[in-house]
Amino acid sequence: MKVETGTVHALVGENGAGKSTVMKILYGMQRPDGGEILVNGQSVNFKNPNDAIEANIGMVHQHFMLADNFTVLENIILGAEPKHGITIDFAAARKKVADMSAAYGLDVDPDILVEELGVGQRQRVEILKVLYRGARILIFDEPTAVLVPQEVDDLFNALKGLRAEGMAIIFISHKLDEVLRVADDVTVVRAGSTVAEVKSKNVTARQLAELMVGSELPQPTTHGDTRRPEVTLSLKDVSVPTKSGSRDLISHISFDLQAGEVIGIAGVEGNGQAELVEAIMGLREYTGQIEFKGENIDHYTVAHRHDAGIGLIPEDRQRQALMMASPLWENRILGHQRSKPVMRGFILDKKATIADTRVIMDEFDVRAPGPHTLAAALSGGNQQKFIVGREMSKAPALLVASHPTRGVDVGAQAAIWEELRRAREKGMAVVLISADLEELIGMSDRLLVMLRGAITAELNPQKTTPEQLGSAMTGAK
Amino acid sequence: MKKPSISQILLALAAPVAAAVVSIVISSLAVLASKKSPVEAYKTMWEFGTQAGSLLEVLNTATPYYIAAIAIAVTFRAGLFNIGVEGQLRLGALFSSYFAAKFVLPPVLHVLALFLIAMTVGGLWAAIAAYLKVKRGVSEVISTIMLNSLAVGMTSFLFSQYFAEITEGSNNLTTKVLPPSAHIPDLMPLLNKLGVEDQPGGGVYGMLLIAIALGIAFWFIVNRTRFGFELRASGANPIAARVSGVNSKKMTFIALVTSGAIAGLSGLPTILGDTHSYTMGFRSGIGFSAIAVALLGRNGAVGMAFSALLFGFLEVSSRALELIDIAPETYVIMQGSILLSSVIAYEVVRRYKITLQSKELAKVVAA
Repeated sequence: MKVETGTVHALVGENGAGKSTVMKILYGMQRPDGGEILVNGQSVNFKNPNDAIEANIGMVHQHFMLADNFTVLENIILGAEPKHGITIDFAAARKKVADMSAAYGLDVDPDILVEELGVGQRQRVEILKVLYRGARILIFDEPTAVLVPQEVDDLFNALKGLRAEGMAIIFISHKLDEVLRVADDVTVVRAGSTVAEVKSKNVTARQLAELMVGSELPQPTTHGDTRRPEVTLSLKDVSVPTKSGSRDLISHISFDLQAGEVIGIAGVEGNGQAELVEAIMGLREYTGQIEFKGENIDHYTVAHRHDAGIGLIPEDRQRQALMMASPLWENRILGHQRSKPVMRGFILDKKATIADTRVIMDEFDVRAPGPHTLAAALSGGNQQKFIVGREMSKAPALLVASHPTRGVDVGAQAAIWEELRRAREKGMAVVLISADLEELIGMSDRLLVMLRGAITAELNPQKTTPEQLGSAMTGAK
Repeated sequence: MKKPSISQILLALAAPVAAAVVSIVISSLAVLASKKSPVEAYKTMWEFGTQAGSLLEVLNTATPYYIAAIAIAVTFRAGLFNIGVEGQLRLGALFSSYFAAKFVLPPVLHVLALFLIAMTVGGLWAAIAAYLKVKRGVSEVISTIMLNSLAVGMTSFLFSQYFAEITEGSNNLTTKVLPPSAHIPDLMPLLNKLGVEDQPGGGVYGMLLIAIALGIAFWFIVNRTRFGFELRASGANPIAARVSGVNSKKMTFIALVTSGAIAGLSGLPTILGDTHSYTMGFRSGIGFSAIAVALLGRNGAVGMAFSALLFGFLEVSSRALELIDIAPETYVIMQGSILLSSVIAYEVVRRYKITLQSKELAKVVAA
């Protein structure tokens, strides 16, 4: 991959394709196993981010790293303060920041507190912070993920300004329409290797999507129709507004899910899938109606919904589904603390819980010494198998599964799929959210595409290729 | 179930032994700094502390520590920290001893009514912090610290201005003396039957039994009930707890209020067993020492019982240090060094255990 000065170079690829690794290596956060990085023709060897900063490489993080209770100016100079004896030379700093703002068209009031800024302006502060440290090569990690369309336009204008000043910009993204709008060159990575380097004017979003996903992916096996007439889950016009109520995180979602049916929710991460899950589980306030097995459950608490027979595999297993410092048998209880076999009335049945934990570990091939092993000691794949086993143990009528096979090895993946299939045949309904397009197409009876919080397309998985799904997800026409 | 192997037993012993060694070294340095022999100091403390009369006093000192430590542990287990026990127990003790002296009830009922007042007052006081936490996101650490100052000021004011009476023939201020129906009988007659002889000035507060009962209830509820599990889950991983259907706000509220209610009882052992009124000499600092007791006891019912007894023992036996010209306050240094070294030792052992388990796991996976 070669990035020229005065250009915007996009790095695109699916989740897990290796974009972040490339970025980490470039910014000195990870050491490469081999190969070479040349900056202005000179070979460099970064041991940590400071080395990268020395080489004039700067990174604008996806999650902003700003101190809320500091002003814009203070945030920009934080860690690189111009000194005046032992005091900070604010006047010099202010002048430098003002000059940079004017030169690159990055307008921000330097004396306002960061907590008062919107997301787009915060990003500008991040950019200024990086420029202040003398960066000539800027890495943007998914910069539009948190922005609304208007802010995206502003950002792109700023990027053009930076490019005109002779900066080299590396733009990491999986939103292909945006990539084509802003980038000069595009490098596509898949499964850890570069698969193509193209000029953006010579390529369409569709072609990029194909390159990203790879057309040689094996076709997933089909597995018959097990749909039953009764509707297990029904969403009617469900919306989740932001806290301030200014816009919807998900807007007007409606669908019916039959028993024995798997509905796949496709979409680039951060387009409302997490909020959809939270609405179904009652973890978030929503408008509209949700019915479960023909009954309105809007007034149900989270606990109610678990007990009524909704199982959940959350997207972030360590944060949302496990107590890492507790043994597996205690983790077995989590989410099931109101029912048998772990409870007898209000009393915890430790013996039965340990026995049942052992059953789950056997059935789902959880590799660990025993129920007393701490969850933290398990590998990610084994943690996931344990969680799937735990949720399946109550034979839920509905399973909400977020990335059920993310980060697990191929064998475990096949096992989890098999388990979902078996339960589906018995009439379990599944809401499947995944970034793995092959998984979505292979497992789903219907596919819904989410973009910016709304369902933008419904596809028949049997007639959809990963390429088509990929372009639908990114909003490419 | 596998029998614990020798290495597991060694591992379990490693932390307390290491902590004891380190704290003895630190305490010895403190004694050496005052140019005295540590060996002589420990010998004096041991000889005095193990006398039968002293041991009874250790029990009396440990009882309020234990109750207050349970109050704190309830919040620790839920991932919260009630520093306000001192304030809660003072208010509980003052209000209950004042109001319970105003009416007469049959013996057991009267004590129960007094408990109810103490728990209600302590619980209500903690409810202020709980409300602020749940509704306004105010850190319970900050609010309970501030409520402590308020409570201490309030009790002094109410006591001296409104609740106190002057006892005849003494310049000690006390609230009205509680009628016998509100006393808890001393355990000495019971101990006599078990072969313990009377000691001069010695008695054992009846609330010891209540403290033990509380300890058992605490153990059972926390470890064996759904409520206890949800409490611990909220502490272990609040996000996962919420996702699995635990109402975290409700849990926070209940934990803090329960803690306050238990705290309200912890000032009572001396009042019900000895003074029978709230006096000027009301022991201060129980709520703060109890934080150390809870930490040292690792928030477990049994562990806290041992640490409360240890703190009581150090406090009582250190009085003998005066005889050999060492400041008795040395025990505070001892308590502090024991606490610090054990917290560190347990953390080191915990990390080592995880490494060990991961290795064990690697073997299982490879097999």
